[in-house]
Amino acid sequence: MLDLKGYGPALMEGAVVTIELAFLSLALAVVLGLIGASAKLSNSRAAKGAATAYTTLIRGVPDLVMMLLFYYGGQVVVNMLSDYIWDAYEIDFFFQFDPFISGVLTIGLIFGAYMTETFRGAFLAVESGQIEAARAYGFTRWHTFRRIMFPQMLRHALPGIGNNWQVLLKTTALVSIIGLTDMVRVAEEAAKAERMPFHFFIPVAFMYLTLTAGSELFIKWLNKRANVGVVQEG
Amino acid sequence: MAEQAPLICRDIHKTFDQLEVLKGISLETRKGDVVSLIGSSGSGKSTFLRCINMLETPTSGDIIVHGDPIRFTKNRKGERIPADNKQVELIRAKLSMVFQSFNLWSHMTVLENIIEAPINVLKVPKKEAIERAEAYLNKVGIYERKDYYPAQMSGGQQQRAAIARALAMEPEVMLFDEPTSALDPELVGEVLRVMQSLAEEGRTMIVVTHEMAFARDVSTQVLFLHQGVIEEQGTPDKVFDNPDSERMKQFLAPNF
Repeated sequence: MLDLKGYGPALMEGAVVTIELAFLSLALAVVLGLIGASAKLSNSRAAKGAATAYTTLIRGVPDLVMMLLFYYGGQVVVNMLSDYIWDAYEIDFFFQFDPFISGVLTIGLIFGAYMTETFRGAFLAVESGQIEAARAYGFTRWHTFRRIMFPQMLRHALPGIGNNWQVLLKTTALVSIIGLTDMVRVAEEAAKAERMPFHFFIPVAFMYLTLTAGSELFIKWLNKRANVGVVQEG
Repeated sequence: MAEQAPLICRDIHKTFDQLEVLKGISLETRKGDVVSLIGSSGSGKSTFLRCINMLETPTSGDIIVHGDPIRFTKNRKGERIPADNKQVELIRAKLSMVFQSFNLWSHMTVLENIIEAPINVLKVPKKEAIERAEAYLNKVGIYERKDYYPAQMSGGQQQRAAIARALAMEPEVMLFDEPTSALDPELVGEVLRVMQSLAEEGRTMIVVTHEMAFARDVSTQVLFLHQGVIEEQGTPDKVFDNPDSERMKQFLAPNF
């Protein structure tokens, strides 16, 4: 049996942090991706410009730099804001900009940019006849989006979402650098203290592998569901 | 008082960029009319049909559906746009369209395709919508396919499902945009037979078609379009047997 020298519970807690961080970041990324894709496909020049600036910026800056910027910069912004609010309204707004919040914001923002491209392509892949039929039957714009565009877009977006999710999951390891006690951080501390790197990092690697393999299965199942009604070729 | 005309179009013009595709098309229907729009490709017949339900906004001209004229306004660039999207949606719900490439919603079963618009647009209770859908599926002869997805059916079956979807709206006018052009020749007949039975029931239909036999046998009015104008118009007997226009004669020539 694997002896984790008493670090077992801490590692498990770290794994939970990793999973929470990944899911919250994913939720933020999906929301930002939908907004970004809608902006890029809209007729408004300002919206298009803003979305393009966003994706260009994010894709051109290293994840780690972005994370450090958010963590250290974020606290400065919160401090300034809370000073201002205290002076103006005497409301205590201050909070500690902790590594978890910075992690979710940074990873969500980074993957929001990738999701923007995924969703944009997926929206464009929906056949125009499908939308036209909805319009011809008197659907409102919202109804067309909700009942026709969105479900059909999802079919095209799922493979991309799956890829992004896997990369996102692994990117969460970076947050250990800004001091979040996720499983990587716990393993690092344990490995240093016990001078046994393999002993702690291999289980962590294995944990990531389990998570990515599990999500791969789940995404396959989702894909199958989303592609109901599509005749698969080959 | 005479019965309200289901659809009147007056002097419809449509220009894409610099190209004038429709140069003043007018059409008046009575209830039960079957109007065939014929002409070679590029004559503007499909564009005209798409103007009727505002999939294209006519550059000028009036569309009056059951006494209700579509209201227009101008946008900032001076282009004509519908003044009231709600009104357009209501009018579209009265004009169901059957497309050349069926355009059934591919993520829904046949039954779901048919009840979607009645439930969400016409606000028909679900139970009633399903009963209605099943009745129309029976009518077009594909009741047993109701739980299939579009991709699992032949083109002819898909088009019949699309016709059932159009019927379920219980529309004032049915618009058919080359409904048999995407079908294999052996599947054309089953769709035309369904359309003929609809015509015999007295449904008002406007059909863009290349099926001359259908236009001649089933229509009450035939419009021959050429380069965006009506070259010849009248009863099928008049248009097919005794046309005034040289172009109509030329158009028919290969058929004889």
